[in-house]
Amino acid sequence: MELETKVYQKENNLRIGKLLKESLADIGRSRFLSFQLAKRDIQAQYRQSYLGIIWAFVTPLATAFVWIFLNNSGTVRVTDTGIPYPVYAFSGTLLWSIITESINSPMGSTNSAKGIMSKINFPKEALIVSGIYKLLFNSSIKVLLLLVFIFVFGVGFHWSLLLFPFAILGGVLFGTTLGLLITPLGMLYKDIGRLIGFGLGFLMYVTPVVYGIPKSGIMKTVMELNPFTPIILTARDLAVGMPPAHLTYFLIVIACCIPLFFIALLFYRISIPILVERMSA
Amino acid sequence: MQPETLIKVENLSKKFCKDLKTSLWYGVKDLASGLSGNRNERELRPKEFWAVKDISFELKRGECLGLIGHNGAGKSTLLKILNGLINPDAGKVTIKGRVGALIELGAGFNPILSGRENIYNNGAILGFTRKEIDSKVEEIIDFAEIREFIDMPVQNYSSGMKVRLGFAVAAQMEPDVLIVDEVLAVGDIGFRVKCFNRISELLNSCAVIFVSHSMPQIARIGTHVMHMKKGVVNYEGNDIAYGLSLYHKDYTIEETTVIGRDIIIKSFALLDKEGSEKATFSVSETICLKLDFVNNSDYKDYFISVVIMDANLNGVASLNSLNENTKMNKNSYSTEVRFDNVFTPGRYAVNIVFTENINSKKYKFGKTLSNYRSLTYFESIGGALVGTVPVQLNSKWVL
Repeated sequence: MELETKVYQKENNLRIGKLLKESLADIGRSRFLSFQLAKRDIQAQYRQSYLGIIWAFVTPLATAFVWIFLNNSGTVRVTDTGIPYPVYAFSGTLLWSIITESINSPMGSTNSAKGIMSKINFPKEALIVSGIYKLLFNSSIKVLLLLVFIFVFGVGFHWSLLLFPFAILGGVLFGTTLGLLITPLGMLYKDIGRLIGFGLGFLMYVTPVVYGIPKSGIMKTVMELNPFTPIILTARDLAVGMPPAHLTYFLIVIACCIPLFFIALLFYRISIPILVERMSA
Repeated sequence: MQPETLIKVENLSKKFCKDLKTSLWYGVKDLASGLSGNRNERELRPKEFWAVKDISFELKRGECLGLIGHNGAGKSTLLKILNGLINPDAGKVTIKGRVGALIELGAGFNPILSGRENIYNNGAILGFTRKEIDSKVEEIIDFAEIREFIDMPVQNYSSGMKVRLGFAVAAQMEPDVLIVDEVLAVGDIGFRVKCFNRISELLNSCAVIFVSHSMPQIARIGTHVMHMKKGVVNYEGNDIAYGLSLYHKDYTIEETTVIGRDIIIKSFALLDKEGSEKATFSVSETICLKLDFVNNSDYKDYFISVVIMDANLNGVASLNSLNENTKMNKNSYSTEVRFDNVFTPGRYAVNIVFTENINSKKYKFGKTLSNYRSLTYFESIGGALVGTVPVQLNSKWVL
């Protein structure tokens, strides 16, 4: 039997095709590992808690309640959204939480595996994939809650709801791509993670999360350019059965994310040995 | 059939940075140069040093390379490169076959989950498929001997149980190249024997590289030895005893400490049979220890003990003059004692203790008059390195 040969040297193979093939082969080979890692984290998370799944949506729910209260009490006047405001606010905060979670996921998974990365050689792509599994799991719970909102507030069923999961997938892809791109730097400097958390806090207010895009003004321009906007709006429109007004931009963003994701994946692959060296435990 | 070469290392070098902030910044630069293929020659940048420099060797299936050197000599760095965790800064490593690393046991364990679930977690990280683990899980539980507690959360395991489980999973690997870092055997004695047996099985079918600070272990299982010092190879070859003697020389000889001033050693010497001074004795050669000392005290009854200690400062043999019933006054004395070199190759320290002799049934031990720790050293050479016991008696067999 011919033995598999591995070569380790300073020079990187830069033939993108070959590198990508290796990366994808590793993803394929580590299907079980990524699944197992996700299962481990999910099991552990819920076994040590009574409220369990509630924690997955308590933050978006709380943010939504704050805005629902602000709106109903007249403290903040939100322009008409076309659907019951609680549905609007909750769907917004929920989609937003899915995206932010996706952005943080690659760095979080890599960070928590720091210890074993410096000891054992395993396909690191599995960390990313397990992160995606966890995201999908958490997102599906959130989506279930959103469905409850949609029916309770009388929005009702629309056929476009069936496309909603694809919009969620788009959001997860978008977030993971962004997160993956910054992971190598973020692993070196803690500043990156903090900046992301800080930046996202601001970004939420120039994204139609809890209020719509204004009719005019600078805010309108900023919000319409913001690539987070089409993700949130398209997903929400599909969920509540409104015509998705930003579908083109949404498709453009997703179309950019697919190649970007693979580039980020390769960058990640090349970076890992450098990161392990600099942070080794 | 000629065993195939599984590991080939050519002019391998790796540098590290001494300063964290600089190291991180170099990391950013390396990320950037990683994108352009890293063709440039690597040279030392400020605050960097070579952790591993210009190492070359080959290892065939069935061979076992013991890697020795004191802390910070670059052993672990070399293992990390061989395991593909970090990239070299120069040179090349070619490895054929499946690589198994016994470096961290129980990687991926989650303390909250049960032992059984963690077998899957750990196994997945070690590269097993679900099917493989399914078929081996019973064997693993039996190997670890923790069936009773297998469904208990791992956080309630004792540390011994945890390493047992970790080893049991790792023991299922069937690698071509095995990399071991100081975790050869874990747990209590009974389990350690199992570990050793499993490792010996692997030794014959793999090319093995292992790091250990236990020289007897190196002597027992290594076919080759590589002694590293400050990142460079000091010796590489199959003269294990020579490699080990280099390792022992690395350590600054412990200075003689003296406890008690009642008797003072004026001079001492290690001699051979003919009376010429030396410090290296071959096996079975007579070692002659000569002592001149002065009694400063009023004690008259005394005896001398000689304690031989190995490199780990464990006493391995002793002799004494208790039966000689010697008496002394406040005077100078000269004494000589002879014994055979029965020690396996290595370095040994000689301690001399003068003790008051009490001829009473009640008290066995009198006052320690003087204790000279690590008075002198000698080196034993030439004997066979078999097993891990420091003393080898001359024996006659009827077989």
